[in-house]
Amino acid sequence: MTSWLRLSLAIAGACVLASCTGWQSSFNAQAPQADEIRRLLLIFIAVSAVVWIGVMVVLFFGMLRRKRQNQQPLDLHEGFERRAGSVVLIAGLLTTVTVLALSFVSYGAQRTVFANEADPVTIKVTGHQWWWEVQYQADSPHLSFTTANEIRVPVGKPVTVELESADVIHSFWVPSLTGKMDLITGQRNSLQFTARTAGIYRGQCAEFCGIQHAHMAFTVRALPPDEYSRWRHHQNQGAASPGDPLGIRGEQLFRGRGCGLCHTIRGTLAGGQFGPDLTHVASRDTIAAGTLPKTSGNLAAWISDPQHIKPGNLMPKMALQSDEMIAIVHYLEQLQ
Amino acid sequence: MSELVSTPDRELRDNDLDHSELSARLIGLWHTPSGWLGRLATVDHKVVGKRYILTAFAFLALGGILAVLMRLQLSGAERKLLSPDLYNQVFTMHGSTMMFLFAVPVMKAFAVYFVPLMVGTRNIAFPRLNAFSYWIFLFGGCFLWGSFLFNAGPDIGWFAYVPLSSLQFNPSKRADVWAQMITFTEVAALAVAVEIVVTVFKQRAVGMTLDRIPIYVWAMLVTAFLVLFAMPSVMIASTTLILDRLVNTHFYDTASGGNVLLWQHLFWFFGHPEVYIIFIPATGMVSMLVATFARRPVVGYTVIVLSLIATGFLSFGLWVHHMFATGLPQLGASMFTASSMLIAVPSGLQIFCWLATLWDGRPVYRTPLLFVLGFIAIFVLGGLSGVMVASVPIDMQVHDTYFVVAHFHYVLIGGAVFPLIGALYYWFPKITGRMLSERLGRWNFWLAFIGFNIGFFPMHILGLMGMPRRVYTYTPEMGWDHLNLLSSTGGVVFATSFVLLIFNVIHSLRRGELAGDNPWDASTLEWATSSPPPPYNFSRIPVVTHRDPLWADAGNLPVVAGLSVERREVLLSSVADAEPHTRESSPEPSIWPLLTAIATTIFFIGSIFTPWAVVWGTPPIAAALIGWFWPSGTKEDEE
Repeated sequence: MTSWLRLSLAIAGACVLASCTGWQSSFNAQAPQADEIRRLLLIFIAVSAVVWIGVMVVLFFGMLRRKRQNQQPLDLHEGFERRAGSVVLIAGLLTTVTVLALSFVSYGAQRTVFANEADPVTIKVTGHQWWWEVQYQADSPHLSFTTANEIRVPVGKPVTVELESADVIHSFWVPSLTGKMDLITGQRNSLQFTARTAGIYRGQCAEFCGIQHAHMAFTVRALPPDEYSRWRHHQNQGAASPGDPLGIRGEQLFRGRGCGLCHTIRGTLAGGQFGPDLTHVASRDTIAAGTLPKTSGNLAAWISDPQHIKPGNLMPKMALQSDEMIAIVHYLEQLQ
Repeated sequence: MSELVSTPDRELRDNDLDHSELSARLIGLWHTPSGWLGRLATVDHKVVGKRYILTAFAFLALGGILAVLMRLQLSGAERKLLSPDLYNQVFTMHGSTMMFLFAVPVMKAFAVYFVPLMVGTRNIAFPRLNAFSYWIFLFGGCFLWGSFLFNAGPDIGWFAYVPLSSLQFNPSKRADVWAQMITFTEVAALAVAVEIVVTVFKQRAVGMTLDRIPIYVWAMLVTAFLVLFAMPSVMIASTTLILDRLVNTHFYDTASGGNVLLWQHLFWFFGHPEVYIIFIPATGMVSMLVATFARRPVVGYTVIVLSLIATGFLSFGLWVHHMFATGLPQLGASMFTASSMLIAVPSGLQIFCWLATLWDGRPVYRTPLLFVLGFIAIFVLGGLSGVMVASVPIDMQVHDTYFVVAHFHYVLIGGAVFPLIGALYYWFPKITGRMLSERLGRWNFWLAFIGFNIGFFPMHILGLMGMPRRVYTYTPEMGWDHLNLLSSTGGVVFATSFVLLIFNVIHSLRRGELAGDNPWDASTLEWATSSPPPPYNFSRIPVVTHRDPLWADAGNLPVVAGLSVERREVLLSSVADAEPHTRESSPEPSIWPLLTAIATTIFFIGSIFTPWAVVWGTPPIAAALIGWFWPSGTKEDEE
């Protein structure tokens, strides 16, 4: 029995090790909620391994044991039939007890994962085909602002994410912080987590939402509280006006070429609501919902042909001269 | 022999004739007419069953090709074999084909062929409905695949969640094609379910009391009831979806007070029993194979039958575990955790019974038994990962990831396809009269077993590493490449095993060893007749005195006499005790089921383009049905 247990733990351990590599792993838990689920996963994996090995051992010995030969199929042994019946029923009872116990263990973990703490930081996340709108809400409207695809939260403070959808059903999932929750059309769901350590945690849409479901990633960056409030203060500002002629031309082109019909840059006339808010786009790590690292080259590539990079997404291809492209990218790069 | 009914008519009965004269007369009565019209008009359950099996396996091959395409696309990061649009069609077609055009129909197909043989009757109940069911299934499948070839294949997943499948987000005909394919397959499934229920309840051989029904037949009976209660839910779902899309109703339009979660409830209220509609027949097959190849009756007949029935009931109380991430009330969700885990109890009891049987039996290691052993290893693992995903917190991490993909391929391939292939090796000699090659069978099994596990086990780990389902690609920095490559390699090996199976079937059809009536020395009635069975199944209807008739009365089964040899006739018996009740005529071949199916197909396909199809599509169906039911001068019509 102990050797089975050891073997199953070894298998469980191997799975855990394999799963820990990779930054979107359920085993790379960085919040109490994810810790609790990981603990539960390990319990279930261990129990499963013991049961599976047990069944295989019984099967193996059952097949190989010495049998009475030349017996007719209906020539049954009364004693065996009775014993077999009892063993089957006992095994059935054990199964019942095991699954009921697992149900209770699961329910305990569920209460922990969903135990909402008071006074959280509240962030509203709205799913769009195929990007994430992120609204930081405060008591007074002038402290509320909108950003996209990159969420920043303070370390050690409970964060409640309110989840809504602007179109189809999406699912918000950052495995290192907690499990997933769907963003459902016409309904508001919420999810709470408390990041334990500073770091960047990747998430990805987990509900099939159309042609670019694969490219709907985001990150949650947990910051020390003071750094978080500095960031929040900075994000709350409108965009700085460009100081150099190239930047000014970029800003004019951004409006003149219609970019502002879909995108907002606070502090300018660009106020579109269809695409991500770009007020501080230069302070982000990636563009197109985690599809590309944000570099000048990638920005230019994206603007010149978004349909090549993310086929089917809702941003049209812009016909720009190369000098116009340089100006717009230069302008966007200034939006720190 | 016992005289069954003694009416003073001058009709010729089977007890008036000796064996060879009886066979000749019965062939004249029951054979499928030659010529293409005769073949299209046939109502022989064995002919229809063979067509059903063959068609379902053709769809398995098509769905399998799609699976290989997906595995090639995912074998490395950012591969460009399939465009995102095509990939979404491919995974939707794969899921829809495997579920609706392969797994459910193939289980029904084997039942259409074997249930009448195993209960000892001459044809399935409502044989014309049976023919109609096959045509509808065939046309529905061709409609779906035809649409796919014209780039109108559905791209919304086999679950077609609204609002992604609504007109706003899916303005082409793709979602309509999916929804109407559902209608086709559900009509076909409901028809077969009714036939199975009536065949099992009313056409059992005399003496086949409830506790002597072969376990496979019990399994199909439970499955038929599952179909009857589960399918209407998805028909409501698909019909309301078409109504939303076609005539602008608002069932799923949140802006007008509709609700998108309603779709998920309706779909999964069908969708979870659906899994058991596939799995329960497979467990029935396993019970037959275990008994035959362990050379003894299965331990715990009553336990197994009660487990099947319990599984049937429980399967309707689990659907919410597909919706744990939709923000349901926590206590309610946890109830579904407990109910989902509890289904492990009846499944476990069956496993324990089989283990006990194999423990006591003297196993004969032929290919069917190998597939059963593979089934136990794979299915138990899949069942355990099922217990894991039943837990709300665990599901919050693994839901919609490759962990779930691994889980349900373990239960569906391990739990249903392995027994099915085992059953194919087992019953092939009965259907064709020739054995499949044992040598190729062993290769087939080991390639399938090893390929499957290499292909699907890594998906558990990929899911825990955060890889979501239904993504057409992933970036290299996610670190998922190696396991995906491994998985794709295993997938190709697994696919190879099916190529080998096809080769084995084609080869053995012509060169296979001749089987004889009962090559495995099995115990149930289908082995009491020749291989392949004559059109009338049994020249004299057997009387059953034991749960394992061919083991108890080896070589000379008692029979009943008194059935007419002037017209097609079956014997009806009582539901519980299978006491002989009456003789009933069985329908003659008819072309009308095919014509009705064609009219229905025109109606179904037309109605995704215009609501007026409901108006002009109805008269042809009505005309065809009138032809179908036109009184043809049978005894019952005249009375």
